[in-house]
Amino acid sequence: MTRVDKKQALQMLKESSIYEIGKEADQIRQSLHPEGVVTFVVDRNINYTNICINRCKFCAFWRPQGHSEAYVLSYEELSKKIEETIEKGGTQILLQGGVHPELGIDFYIDMLRFIKNNFKIHLHGFSPPEISFLSKKEGLTVKEILLKLMEAGLDSIPGGGAEILSDRVREIQSPNKIRSAEWLSIMREAHLLGMKTSATMMFGSIESEEDIVEHLDAIRTLQDETAGFIAFIPWSFQPGNTELKREYTEIMPAGAVKYLRVLALSRIYLDNFKNIQVSWVTQGIKIAQVGLRFGANDFGSTMLEENVVRAAGVMYRVTMDEIIDAIKSARFKPAQRDTYYKVLRYFNEN
Amino acid sequence: MFAEIKRKIRDGERISEQDALYLFNSDELHQIGELADEVSRKINLNRAYFIINRHINPTNICVNRCRFCAFSRSKGEEGAYEMTQEEVLASIREAWQSMGYLTEVHIVSALHPEWQFEHYLEMIKAIKEEFPNIGIKAFTAVEIDYFAKKSGMDIDDILIELKEAGLDIMPGGGAEIFKPDVRNIICPEKISGERWLEIVKVAHSLGIKTNATMLYGHVESYEDRVDHLLRLRKLQDETGGFLAFIPLSYQSENTQIKVAYPSGIDDLKTIAISRLVLDNIPHIKSYWIMLGEKLAQLALLFGADCLEGTIIEEKIAHSAGARSKKGNTVEELVHLIREAGKIPVERDSFYNVLRIF
Repeated sequence: MTRVDKKQALQMLKESSIYEIGKEADQIRQSLHPEGVVTFVVDRNINYTNICINRCKFCAFWRPQGHSEAYVLSYEELSKKIEETIEKGGTQILLQGGVHPELGIDFYIDMLRFIKNNFKIHLHGFSPPEISFLSKKEGLTVKEILLKLMEAGLDSIPGGGAEILSDRVREIQSPNKIRSAEWLSIMREAHLLGMKTSATMMFGSIESEEDIVEHLDAIRTLQDETAGFIAFIPWSFQPGNTELKREYTEIMPAGAVKYLRVLALSRIYLDNFKNIQVSWVTQGIKIAQVGLRFGANDFGSTMLEENVVRAAGVMYRVTMDEIIDAIKSARFKPAQRDTYYKVLRYFNEN
Repeated sequence: MFAEIKRKIRDGERISEQDALYLFNSDELHQIGELADEVSRKINLNRAYFIINRHINPTNICVNRCRFCAFSRSKGEEGAYEMTQEEVLASIREAWQSMGYLTEVHIVSALHPEWQFEHYLEMIKAIKEEFPNIGIKAFTAVEIDYFAKKSGMDIDDILIELKEAGLDIMPGGGAEIFKPDVRNIICPEKISGERWLEIVKVAHSLGIKTNATMLYGHVESYEDRVDHLLRLRKLQDETGGFLAFIPLSYQSENTQIKVAYPSGIDDLKTIAISRLVLDNIPHIKSYWIMLGEKLAQLALLFGADCLEGTIIEEKIAHSAGARSKKGNTVEELVHLIREAGKIPVERDSFYNVLRIF
């Protein structure tokens, strides 16, 4: 099959019916995952701090230093959260800030060592904005920072901070955050060091359809070069409690129709990605189930804890059993996986 | 098989029981949706309707206590409530003020052991007197049957009196699943499916339009769903009295029948197949209260053409764990419809167009 180019992708996003685009994505998902297995990971999002110098306008989670709700987690709190995760069968911690202005590489090295010395758990941590900040703060190259973090115990990097890889959009909604080229170059560096990462996209704010296609193309091009991405996760901007919504009052949350179109296009365009995740955190379980027929093959994580989307006023409560039931009732075979999408166990009983 | 069903639909032929069953068992989600949308466009152009309305449940004290219901209470039980006539009127005044006006009230109650038929009649009269221009959609066939039993009157007379008092149309509740073996499990005290259809038929013969519902996703089979749809299609052939069909996706929280809720895929297919089977019922509602706004929006591309309305305060589905909001603004409904690529149309109780956005 020949590759869909940018022009065709744009046309699909704008003009294809939801049935055409959905069916095509569904067929691709089926040929990549013919057994009908839908995976999920048991993990917890731990945000070690909510203090952040980036202050993105689409984010309701960050607090300035000195704010009454600002925090940095103590080791005691970290330990408790990780213990609970392991108790519940968790295999991974998603560890993310805040880009805290005063925390240097030593803080990160100590935190990673502390976790690795005390727990047997995969650390999926940080994001390019945090790594970029450390490189500048310490006067070290990105590669040197990454090597230090890896040596201290970082296993892989989630795809956060990508939002939309269009500098026009970033200029408006996250002017303090790293630009597209830097996000991509940090991911490239990580891949070249043998580290796997995921990629995300946040749409439904002020971007155009062209921006969405540019984003997908940038990720696909890098994946051609490095093959270091393990999954792609598109999700939609949640406007509650954000500065962006206050500035652009006309923004309404992207609905399911838009979400499924973008999800399906992602599956079609990213022909060098094996895994596409649904985002039940932003879409709810029912749309996530429908998403399994619009290109996705992974239900993401159980998220024993999630703070960032919740800060924007959206909260879907879900247990592991509910995720298993949801996958089954959508007529797929649920399986728990590790960070690298290796299946750990199936749930075959009725 | 699917190609043959498609041919039938396009040629305006009816699909059979076997066809409908095939669709329920099929994995052709996208194609079924596309076909249902084609039918919906033929009947309703590219429109999606909504109404500025308020739901009112004057009491939750009920002698039936259906196993699937988390709303009802027995008299004296914690959480049991009764609204006075004045409270019912006040809730309408309040809604009118907050929305600017109100097009319809939707009144569904419970089978209260002590309230007499006159009480309900007075309620309708009082509402009509104070708000002569508001459409009154009230009382399911189950309540009508109960009024008849309590008063010793005929169904005809009950309905005639209600109509004279100001009742405009009847909601479609209480239909659940018509099959007796399913009703025996989920609502043994409730009137039979036959009786429900009989009462609705009388209403239609008196010129009272009604809706019809189907509560799915509990213990019923696909065969039971198809049987339900076909009985409705048959009655509609006789009377033409159904305005809209509303598939209700089961929610099990706080109920006595615990099952995994229907998947989003099942919800979409059920709406689409309803559109394809019920070729003689003009409207299919995607009830956002039970589906959630996101899925309700998507359903507009799978055969549904109506999002119900602003509702303002929903109690029954929320008792069973519905996670949707309790009410929605016109702005939000218009946005949901537009993003689905449909034309938002505000309607009255009879689906007359009030405003095209």
